[in-house]
Amino acid sequence: MDFSALFDNFGQLTATGFTQGAIYALVALGYTLVYGVLRLINFAHSEVFVTGTFAAILTLRLVGVGADEAVPSVAIVIAVILAAMVAAMAASGATALVVERIAYRPLRKRNAPPLVFLISAIGASIAISEAFGVFYSRDNVPVGNLIEPSTQFELFGASITNQMILVVVAAFGVMILLDTIINRTRLGRGIRAVAMDPDAAALMGVNKDRVIAWTFVLGGLMAGVAAVLYNLQFGVTKFNAGFLLGLKAFTAAVLGGIGNLRGALLGGLLLGLVENWGQAVIGSQWRDVIAFVFLILVLMFRPTGLLGESLGRARA
Amino acid sequence: MTQDTLAPPAPTTGSPLLRVADAIADRRSAAMGSFRSRFGRLPTPARYVPAAILLIVLVLLPVWDKNLRSSTGSGIPVIGTPNTSFSGVLFLVGAFALCAIGLNVVVGFAGLLDLGYVGFYAVGAYTVSVFGSPSSDLATAYPWLICVPIGIAIAMVAGVILGGPTLRLRGDYLAIVTLGFGEIVRLAAVNTSWLGNRSGISNIPKPPGEKADGSKLFGVVDITPFYWLILAFIIVILVLISNLERSRVGRAWLAIREDEDAAELMGVPTFRFKLWAFAIGAAVGGISGGIFASRQGFINPDTFDVLTSILFLAAVVIGGSGNKFGVILGAVIVVYVPERLRGFDESLFGAWFVVLIVALLVALISQRKKLLSSTARAIATIVGGLLGFVVAVSVGTQLHSIVTDVGTDNPTRLLVGALVLVAIAGIVLTRLIGLASGDGPKAVALFLGAFVTVLLGAIAPYVFDEIGDGVQALRYFAFGIALIVMSVFRPQGLLPNRRRATELADRKKEVAAGVNA
Amino acid sequence: MSTPENAPETNGVVPDAPPPAVDESVDLPEPEAHVSVGEKLLEMRDVTLRFGGVTALNGVDFAINRGEILGLIGPNGAGKTTCFNVMTGVYQPTDGEVWFDGKKLGRRKKYQITRLGIARTFQNIRLFPEMSALENVMVGADARHKTSVPGAVFRLSPRHFREEKDGRDRAMELLQFVGIADQAHSSARNLPYGYQRRLEIARALATEPTLLCLDEPAAGFNPAEKAELMDLIRAIRDQGYTVLLIEHDMRLVMGVTDRIVVLEFGKKIAEGTPAEVRDNPAVIAAYLGVPEEEPTDVA
Repeated sequence: MDFSALFDNFGQLTATGFTQGAIYALVALGYTLVYGVLRLINFAHSEVFVTGTFAAILTLRLVGVGADEAVPSVAIVIAVILAAMVAAMAASGATALVVERIAYRPLRKRNAPPLVFLISAIGASIAISEAFGVFYSRDNVPVGNLIEPSTQFELFGASITNQMILVVVAAFGVMILLDTIINRTRLGRGIRAVAMDPDAAALMGVNKDRVIAWTFVLGGLMAGVAAVLYNLQFGVTKFNAGFLLGLKAFTAAVLGGIGNLRGALLGGLLLGLVENWGQAVIGSQWRDVIAFVFLILVLMFRPTGLLGESLGRARA
Repeated sequence: MTQDTLAPPAPTTGSPLLRVADAIADRRSAAMGSFRSRFGRLPTPARYVPAAILLIVLVLLPVWDKNLRSSTGSGIPVIGTPNTSFSGVLFLVGAFALCAIGLNVVVGFAGLLDLGYVGFYAVGAYTVSVFGSPSSDLATAYPWLICVPIGIAIAMVAGVILGGPTLRLRGDYLAIVTLGFGEIVRLAAVNTSWLGNRSGISNIPKPPGEKADGSKLFGVVDITPFYWLILAFIIVILVLISNLERSRVGRAWLAIREDEDAAELMGVPTFRFKLWAFAIGAAVGGISGGIFASRQGFINPDTFDVLTSILFLAAVVIGGSGNKFGVILGAVIVVYVPERLRGFDESLFGAWFVVLIVALLVALISQRKKLLSSTARAIATIVGGLLGFVVAVSVGTQLHSIVTDVGTDNPTRLLVGALVLVAIAGIVLTRLIGLASGDGPKAVALFLGAFVTVLLGAIAPYVFDEIGDGVQALRYFAFGIALIVMSVFRPQGLLPNRRRATELADRKKEVAAGVNA
Repeated sequence: MSTPENAPETNGVVPDAPPPAVDESVDLPEPEAHVSVGEKLLEMRDVTLRFGGVTALNGVDFAINRGEILGLIGPNGAGKTTCFNVMTGVYQPTDGEVWFDGKKLGRRKKYQITRLGIARTFQNIRLFPEMSALENVMVGADARHKTSVPGAVFRLSPRHFREEKDGRDRAMELLQFVGIADQAHSSARNLPYGYQRRLEIARALATEPTLLCLDEPAAGFNPAEKAELMDLIRAIRDQGYTVLLIEHDMRLVMGVTDRIVVLEFGKKIAEGTPAEVRDNPAVIAAYLGVPEEEPTDVA
């Protein structure tokens, strides 16, 4: 136990934790959306995210940026990041849609027990991640130099880099967008209706299948954004990178109250902070253990998370 | 007779895939049911005869293989593993089967989804290693006979420690928490110096015993004694777990799985019995891990990753959750098949062929009702099916030789060629089988199967040459696909628990009737 | 293949077969309790239950005397099933106490309350669908058994065998008593609707309760079946059990109960013999509505 490391670097740890937490929150939104409407954990969501990281890297490779040492100009970087983001969102959204069609919809049609859903999802998760491992590479895949991290300003002793700003701003922008979609649009109304009572929603003329498919896609789009930000933040991806990140994002979703969009945000940020503070105290090799122990503790004392389960409103 | 025996398709479903799945599932469960009831009416001694024969065969398998290897140079034809020690493979199957039996108590009986079962396997293995190895930090190296009970006990304690706080959680939360637990155990081993960090622990003790010539019975070269040891454990554990299954405990578990709240209101102390299920599952995992560690002689954290956990679960699910023997079959599929295919060579196609024939036979057995009702049609189906598969395999083989000749110079052209051939083969097959059976969905299903087979046959050499790691590289990928396919087509597993099968069939009927939709 | 019609969960389709008859020759074990016949067996003492802002029960106060059949009636949403849930430990009362057989229920767990001697059935049938009828009842009988893993795993304890035999015998007897012994080995899911209702009663009786709580046992029954059910409820009482009955069918309630408690909006509005309750103006108002004074004070 070394608390001095925590207090000496508190500002920096907090800033890093906040940045990583924003990424967790984005992925957590995907879990929460699907859980909200279907009451099941989309175990394959982590691989939806991984698909995004690979799509982004392939886009960068295709454009030819990041392969060499040279750091391109700001305009090009922004254009390339946007292109990568579009590619990642498309790839992740499509993957989510395919997973829903192949691994979930047939089961939904036959009213399968939840265990079968989970197993099918685990199957999809393994298959996608192994597909990258077998057909692309089992090693770390570097993103390449895109942004040279440079301190923009100091805040409470923490150096805030351009990279952090980009990640946090992008993450929050997308989250605000999602919140608007859920609360203001017709699709959002449909999603909330299906979340509250699928059968009643269907009777009221909501196309349940389409809403569910869109929910998966929305989650996938969020994961695509998260994938690009993850690439920027960590500079590397791997065929099984989704496992840990997915587990943590799920932890974040549960922490805030799964099925609750704002809970996912709160949970993600909290988890990022706890993880970074914790590793300063007990050592960075225990970093992942901290997340799991935190999950178990939270579930013991608050089985429905900090903000409670609700997408719109909790079901009785 | 063909159309009306098909399951009525659910009104809400338009997917032909789903209709095929329904039709197949219905027929299989019907056939299985009639076989079971007929077998169940046999007098008790007669029911033990097949089991006894099977046991004798299982015990003698490695001996037979060894004799054949010393006399002819190669092991048992078809089922032997030419590229790796047969008894070693059998042992590994046994270790997985034991884990599947233990996990089945948790998942199949009590209905609790445990994704971190490898944690208990690891605890058993590490306990035996720490207590038994002279190179561990512990001053005394205890003998094997003491280490294994300690390993079981500590694994059980781990089960209680994990279950205590988490068993009040709902099913899907429990799944994630257990997944986290499995990962915590591995990370703890990686980060703890007295657990050997990444390099692990070596010099793990072996069971006592000497051969007639004074050499050690449980050696490094011949794994057969270890295989017999684990076989003995499997039998003992199976008996004990059957005892539990047919008692108040087993009923309580089933009641919890069916309706936990109702069970509690009927006087079942649900938490206590869930904890028992966890503890028993953990103990069995601990035994398996302990024996595994002593057979290996050394262990490191890499053996105990989450994918291993998933493989345990795959064994349970593929074999048939809730059925003790089904899960053993699942373990055979999960471990034996990839090992059999290890090291890509010409004999692989022999193996493919065997797998296909077995698959065909299974498909036919599942159609027994039909066989009995119309022999002529059955013969047509068999002939058509056989022809179809022969075509599929020969196309695959053909592609294989093309690929070998061309090398990997032009993989694109190769793949295009392969796909064209596959499509042609598929059309021929569908026509053939469709004509033979007059059964559309089944023909589509068989075509899909053949398509995938031929496709794999065609691209396998390319993929394997690239990776140079044999079928092993693809096994997790294949299991991922298999899990989805199982969930969609046969959620009850290959050898389903009778109740589970009716449950799933009834859920379908409910959908069809519009209840619960 | 003679698969019985798969019974829907709600709004039971009445099966074609005639309702099974009660076998009154079966002797059930004498229920044990500290209080004697006629004394208060279960007391709801000023029980209030709130969920957030909603008051589900508001100072409910009544008692069930040992040996009687008490009807609990009221319009939909009056809090009848909630009462059951408080008595059986599903909910903890926000205020007030529940006493049973001279003991306060307090924070006892659900299974402990069952072992004290309260058993119940469910409004929407909750059997263990994949277990046979016999096994369902045996789970109930197991409430009185003590064999656990150590006793069962090695098959060494004589108690294990004694309890297995006892459980099986008693479960068979109970199935015979409620008249469905012919379906003992069918899985509960495949039983006709009426059989499922009876099986729930048999399973509850197997826990050897003093008080049996029936939650709308006649829902979805036709008149003939209702008559049979009344016979069954009376037969249960005649064996010494106390019965608490929630039911919508007024003819059935009036015909079979000794006393009736009426709830409306979580409050007790009347209590008395069937004749008294029938003439009570508050009850009539609750059921038919009083146009000039709308109840506005309830959430």
